[in-house]
Amino acid sequence: MKTKAAGISKTTKNDLITYGMVILTYIIVQILVSTGHVSSLIQGLLVPFCTYAIVAVALNLTVGILGELSLGHAGFMCVGAFTSAVFSLAFKQTMPSGPRFFLALLIGAASAALVGFLVGIPVLRLKGDYLAIVTLAFGEIIKNIINALYLGVDSDGIHFTMKDALSLNMKEDGLVLIKGAQGVTGTPNDSSFTVGIVLLLVTLFIVLNFIHSRTGRAVMAIRDNRIAAESIGINVTKYKLIAFTLSASLAGVAGVLYAHNLSTLNALPKNFGYNMSILILVFVVLGGIGNIRGSIIAAVLLTLLPEILRGLSDYRMLIYSVVLIAMMIFNWSPNAIFFRKRLRQRLTAGRKSEKEEA
Amino acid sequence: MALLETKNLGISFGGLRAVNGFDISVEKGQLYGLIGPNGAGKTTIFNLLTGVYRPDEGAILLDGENLTGKKTIDICKAGIARTFQNIRLFGDLSVLDNVKAGLHDHYPYSTFAGIFRLPRYFKAEREMNGKAMELLKVFGLEDYAEYKAENLSYGQQRKLEIARAMATEPKLLLLDEPAAGMNPNETKELMDTIRFVRDHFDMTILLIEHDMKLVSGICEKLTVLNFGEVLAQGDTQEVLNDPEVITAYLGE
Amino acid sequence: MSFAAHLINGISLGSVYALIALGYTMVYGIAKMLNFAHGDVIMVGGYAVFVGVSNLGMNPLAAIVVSMAVCTVLGVTIERVAYRPLRGASPLAVLITAIGVSYLLQNIALLVFGSDTKAFTNVVTLPNLELFDGQLVIKSVTVVTVIVSIIIMAGLTLFVKKTKIGRAMTAVSEDKGAAQLMGINVNGTIAVTFAIGSSLAAVAGVLLCSAYPALTPYTGSMPGIKAFVAAVFGGIGSIPGAFIGGILLGVIENLSKAYISSQLSDAIVFSILIIVLLVKPTGLLGRQIQEKV
Repeated sequence: MKTKAAGISKTTKNDLITYGMVILTYIIVQILVSTGHVSSLIQGLLVPFCTYAIVAVALNLTVGILGELSLGHAGFMCVGAFTSAVFSLAFKQTMPSGPRFFLALLIGAASAALVGFLVGIPVLRLKGDYLAIVTLAFGEIIKNIINALYLGVDSDGIHFTMKDALSLNMKEDGLVLIKGAQGVTGTPNDSSFTVGIVLLLVTLFIVLNFIHSRTGRAVMAIRDNRIAAESIGINVTKYKLIAFTLSASLAGVAGVLYAHNLSTLNALPKNFGYNMSILILVFVVLGGIGNIRGSIIAAVLLTLLPEILRGLSDYRMLIYSVVLIAMMIFNWSPNAIFFRKRLRQRLTAGRKSEKEEA
Repeated sequence: MALLETKNLGISFGGLRAVNGFDISVEKGQLYGLIGPNGAGKTTIFNLLTGVYRPDEGAILLDGENLTGKKTIDICKAGIARTFQNIRLFGDLSVLDNVKAGLHDHYPYSTFAGIFRLPRYFKAEREMNGKAMELLKVFGLEDYAEYKAENLSYGQQRKLEIARAMATEPKLLLLDEPAAGMNPNETKELMDTIRFVRDHFDMTILLIEHDMKLVSGICEKLTVLNFGEVLAQGDTQEVLNDPEVITAYLGE
Repeated sequence: MSFAAHLINGISLGSVYALIALGYTMVYGIAKMLNFAHGDVIMVGGYAVFVGVSNLGMNPLAAIVVSMAVCTVLGVTIERVAYRPLRGASPLAVLITAIGVSYLLQNIALLVFGSDTKAFTNVVTLPNLELFDGQLVIKSVTVVTVIVSIIIMAGLTLFVKKTKIGRAMTAVSEDKGAAQLMGINVNGTIAVTFAIGSSLAAVAGVLLCSAYPALTPYTGSMPGIKAFVAAVFGGIGSIPGAFIGGILLGVIENLSKAYISSQLSDAIVFSILIIVLLVKPTGLLGRQIQEKV
């Protein structure tokens, strides 16, 4: 019984360190900002830090906990960003910013969850590489559709078309919300570092508690051995879908934060394309697959480093890719795993024989 | 009435008749052995019983309930649990969590309650921990509760698989070569554990095994399978002395 | 006539996809991994010819041969350094590594050649084909692309069926362990597969850049992904499947660009992937594999 109590407090302690790390960072940064020690360059990065940390945690839920590779998380982020931006723009004049942002957040998260759910139904039937490539495909489809979409609102209601702004046939009082490839312009700037940190904490709370719940256990059981999980009565499709939908919805939250930090929102390959999905994956892998705290640290460091080391920015992705390959080989190569196991066995055997001698 | 009954069970893969006309009747509380040479179709029968494969013909009845063609998870809910020939644990989860995963259906609370830590969460988790530790004690694994399952020794992993299966509170336990890869001491210990599980939980057990010492030591009844068909069936000693069975095993 | 023109353009693009897809499908069929970097090997092949012809003044044909050699060495090196250590590791790890390799190639190209678009000189200098009194012009590069891809597809099929190495490939794709026991050099066979796939990628790179003469470090990535879609469409592991899938995909992409929306053509291509995987996950000519319990 002792071991059990110690075990529970161990995971709880681990989670508390993660929360503490985020809160402490926030306090330190706020003090530095108020005493004027933070350059405007870094100040401009504070919200992106939170955005990328949230989406990295969200992706880690899919990659580390569910054990499936998604290359479409930038697409879910895109959904969250655009739906929330459209809402905020439509109610820019008529609602106070607090409740408006809260509603935008719910709308962004819910839309991304809905898209994640719809994407997940077909996708989660597939395995491994197929799943990865199909999520990539969905991400690109989402980006393409948003780039071709025109949406406006006037006294008659909502208009949309895939052609051009004129085809919206809007009245004079109308407001064009999405202008195709030009995206959304004039989103209220509701994001701030404080909002970002709060959302990151909420994301952490949801993900960490999820992992340590019955549902999280079922999801990880499926990850480790699908056939055994089925044999003990775990509904594989259901739990995969829950985890994937949750992960997509949190990526949507990151998208909301992202959209309300910019006055103009476009769906470009660099922010919502698969390159972005892969960059998020880099955060997750370098932070440690399944390691939630690691994702946050990696997301922040890898966003910060190229900005500080401007001279190295040309080499940034080159270095990332080399580190990525090296880490994968070091962590996952059967030879490396075997080597570590042997090493561990030798160490424990050494300790045992010492005990026996004593 | 028998707890498990199959009637004329059969399945083919391509042109190969893997199992043909398989009848078995396992009484409640029995320790029943399924033996036969490699490739005789023993594991295939387990896969049929647990819904991994759908039978081409025949019926499976558990406690009178027709399970033919049902899905694996429904069969688990109906009361059949199993272990696997090639151990299938949740390697990255702790030993305790492996058993708690087996308890999944018996202490339900919603994902929402789990995330927001409602009182139900604490109550269910507390009860699950207690129940899981109880089971681990039965298998002598209580000191390893916090270990990662993949770091257990081979024999311990086999036991943990049985513990996890028992956590689903089955009516019938299927063990697929539980003694495979064990040394004589471990096998002997395992025999005691299996007997204890049967007596303590009043469990019905159907097991596949190659170790004749184990089979003759604990099984009350046997079915011998050869080329997908039943070669002999009956009380253990009678079956093992059957000349046909001896021929099938030793060859001529 | 415009429909015929779009169709022919589609077949031309599709032939390039087919060539890339052949490389994908062979590697996937034999090494059971999605070589995400395959598209970027095409890009390297393109740059190799560009440097050979534009900077070194080589004969285009000689440049193509050099490019094939470069890509072959590159492919084998990638396999040896990045993929072989991970043989037997989880598919997730292998895929992430392949993505890393893809990024590595793109960024090396970015450093060496810069991000500006290089104007690729068409290496096919034959006269265009004019039909119906010039109403329908078929570019010579189109004709060459289609012919080359048909020859390669046929050659590969024969190679796999008739040669010792080809049969070894089939054996390795069925069961690595059993193949090893039968005395087949599994690592060697996989290396040969990468060599063949990569040299095909060089050819595909040249043809792609001749038809669409704009070369950047990212030239290969989108066609690479689409070619994988083509390989899945045709049935992964099947050589004729990759060919058919490639052609169909090229035609669908060009027709939807022409008649539906140029912005949505990629979305349509990817929707096909999704539909295929849902309706017939094994593709047009693929085989079903069941997990053993």
